[in-house]
Amino acid sequence: MKILVCISNVPDTTTKITFTDNNTQFNTAGVQFILNPYDEIALARAIELTDGDKGTITVINVGETNTEPTIRKALAIGAHDAVRINAKPHDAWFVACQIAQYIKANPFDLVLTGRESIDYNGSKVAGMLGELLDLPSVSIIKKLDVEGNNATVEREIEGGKELLTIPLPFIAGTAEGVAEPKIPNMRGIMSARTKPLTIVEPVDVQTNLEVISYETPAPRGQVKLVPADDVAQLVELLHTEARVI
Amino acid sequence: MSVLIYTENAGGKFKKSTFEAISYARAIADQNNTSLTAISIGDVNTAELNSLAKYGADKILNVSNDRLKNFVNQAYASVIAEAAKKQGADIVVLSNSFSGRGLAPRLAVKLEAGLVDGAISLPDQSGGKFIVKKTAFSGKAFALVELTSANKVIALTPNAYKIVEANKTALVEEFSAETKESDFKAMLKEIVRSTEKVSLPDAEIIVSGGRGLKGPENWGMIEELADILGAATACSKPVSDSGWRPHSEHVGQTGTAVSPNLYIAIGISGAIQHLAGVSSSKVIVVINKDAEAPFFKVADYGIVGDAFEVVPKLITAIKEHKVLA
Ligand SMILES: Cc1cc2nc3c(=O)[nH]c(=O)nc-3n(C[C@H](O)[C@H](O)[C@H](O)COP(=O)(O)OP(=O)(O)OC[C@H]3O[C@@H](n4cnc5c(N)ncnc54)[C@H](O)[C@@H]3O)c2cc1C
Ligand SMILES: Nc1ncnc2c1ncn2[C@@H]1O[C@H](COP(=O)(O)O)[C@@H](O)[C@H]1O
Repeated sequence: MKILVCISNVPDTTTKITFTDNNTQFNTAGVQFILNPYDEIALARAIELTDGDKGTITVINVGETNTEPTIRKALAIGAHDAVRINAKPHDAWFVACQIAQYIKANPFDLVLTGRESIDYNGSKVAGMLGELLDLPSVSIIKKLDVEGNNATVEREIEGGKELLTIPLPFIAGTAEGVAEPKIPNMRGIMSARTKPLTIVEPVDVQTNLEVISYETPAPRGQVKLVPADDVAQLVELLHTEARVI
Repeated sequence: MSVLIYTENAGGKFKKSTFEAISYARAIADQNNTSLTAISIGDVNTAELNSLAKYGADKILNVSNDRLKNFVNQAYASVIAEAAKKQGADIVVLSNSFSGRGLAPRLAVKLEAGLVDGAISLPDQSGGKFIVKKTAFSGKAFALVELTSANKVIALTPNAYKIVEANKTALVEEFSAETKESDFKAMLKEIVRSTEKVSLPDAEIIVSGGRGLKGPENWGMIEELADILGAATACSKPVSDSGWRPHSEHVGQTGTAVSPNLYIAIGISGAIQHLAGVSSSKVIVVINKDAEAPFFKVADYGIVGDAFEVVPKLITAIKEHKVLA
C-alpha cells in the first residue's frame, strides 16, 4: 500500500498569536514551528497501517525551505520519503491544487491529511483534493482501518457517529482517536537526514481569496469573583446580569 | 444572481444550526436585494420543509431520491452545485457542521468559488468588495477574508448568528439532479446516535470538567449540572486522553472549538491550548481551587473553591432558582 500524508508546518500550540504591519501579517518573530498535530496523527496511523513492510509512506508539504525541519521530523518519525512543493502556501485551494497535481502524476492508494491545520483551520484540503481527483473524501475521521482494497472509517457527526466503508483510493482527514502520535527514536533521527526529499516546482493557480487583515479577540473585563459559600449569588448574576440562564 | 442555502437535517429534522444558517443567508439575500432558495436533501416531511419559509426562504427545493437519503458528501455536492447553477445562485451558504466541513470544499471546487469556512459575520460588501470574518489560529484570532471569485461559498460557524424569523411564503418544489456513479463510492453502514441530549457544537450552555475532578467516577455531578441547565458536557484534553471521557468531548485547540452563550469550566487550569477553543464563548464561569489558575484571567465570573463542595451547591442553587422563576 502506498500512502501519502500531507503535512503542514504550523506555529507551536503554545504560541501567543500577534500580528504586524497594521495587522496584516502574522508575527513569526520568536515563533517555534511544528508539524501540525493532526498530521502527526495521520502519520502515526500510516505507520501502523504499513507496519512490517506492508507499504510505503511519502509525506508532502507545500512550503518554502523553512519547512524542511518539519519535513525531516516526519521522516524521523517514520515516513520513507518526502516531497516539498516549493511555494508559499497561499491558502487551502492553492495547496490542494499543488498536491492534486502531484498525485495525478504519482498515484497513491490512500491519501491522509489532518482534520485541519491549526493556523488557518479550514478543514478544506481533504475535500478539495477529493473533488480535484474525483475521489471520495471524509473530512473528519476518528477511526481508520484498511482491509484489502477497502477501508472502514468512523466519522463524527453532531450527537453521534457514522460508520462508512470506502474503496481505496480515497482521501481522509484524521482527527484524534485515529492513532497516538509517535515520537522519533534515535535511529529514525539519524536516518531522516539521508532519506530522499524531492523538490517540485509549483503549478500556477488562480486565487479566489485574500486575507485582508487579522484581529485578536477583545480582552474580557476583570473577572467577578463570587465567594464559595454564596453560590446563589453566581446564579443570580448569571440570570440578571449576564442573562444566560 | 441569488442566494442558495443548503438546509442540513438530522434524522428528518432541521437543526438549530440550520436555522441560524438560513437566517444568515436571508440577511445576505436582503443585502443584495435578491431571493433566497433553500435546498433540502433526504427524508424531510412537508411540514418541516415549510418551516424554512418562516426563516426566510422564498423557494424550497426538496430532493427526496432514495439514494440520497443519507449524507454522502460527494453526491450531495453534485446536487447542490447543480441547483446553484439552475437557480443562478452565486452565493451558497451552509452550516460549518461536521458534514458541512466535508461538503463545502467539494462544492467550492465544483462552483470554482472562493470558500469562507467558519464564517462568524455577515459579509461587508461596501466598496464592491465581499469581506467575511472567520476564526483563525484555533480561536486565538480572526481573519477578514475577501472573496474575489464570482461564485462564493460560505460555511457559517454554529452559534455565531442569531436565528431571525422572516415569515416568507414559499412553495416546495421537487428537485432532481444528476449524480455520477462515482459519487456513491463511500457507503454508509451505520449511524450511531449517542444518548447525550445536547451535542457539543450546537450547545448554548456547556459544562466542562478538567483534571481537577480527579477521575471519571466524579463526573456524576458534572452531568447533573449539565442536565438541569440543558447543557452539553465537555472536557480538557488530558481528561479524554486518560479515557475518563470520550474524545468527542475534548475541546480546545486540538479538539472541538465551541462558542456557547455560557461555558462553565470546572477544575480546568486554562492552558493556552484549552482557551483557544473556548475563548469565543459569550460568558465564561470558572470554578477552580487555585486563585492563580490562568483561566480566571479570561473568565467573566469565578469561584475560588473546591469543585467537590461548590458544584453540589451550585446544583442546589440552580434548582431553587428554577422553582422561583
Ligand atoms: C500540542 C498540544 C495540544 C493541546 N491541545 C489541547 C486542547 O485542545 N485542549 C486542552 O484542554 N488541552 C490541550 N493541551 C493540553 C494543555 O496544554 C493542558 O495540559 C491541559 O489543558 C490541562 O488540562 P486540565 O486543565 O484539565 O489539567 P491541569 O492543568 O492539571 O489543571 C487542573 C486544574 O484543576 C484545579 N483543581 C484541582 N483540584 C481541584 C478541586 N478539587 N476543585 C477545583 N479545582 C481543582 C487545579 O487548580 C488546576 O488548575 C494540548 C497540549 C499540547 C502540547
Ligand atoms: N502547506 C501544506 N502542505 C501540505 N499539506 C497541507 C498544507 N496545508 C494543509 N495541509 C494538509 O491539509 C490538512 C487540512 O488543512 P486545512 O484545510 O488548511 O485546515 C492539514 O492537516 C494537512 O494535512
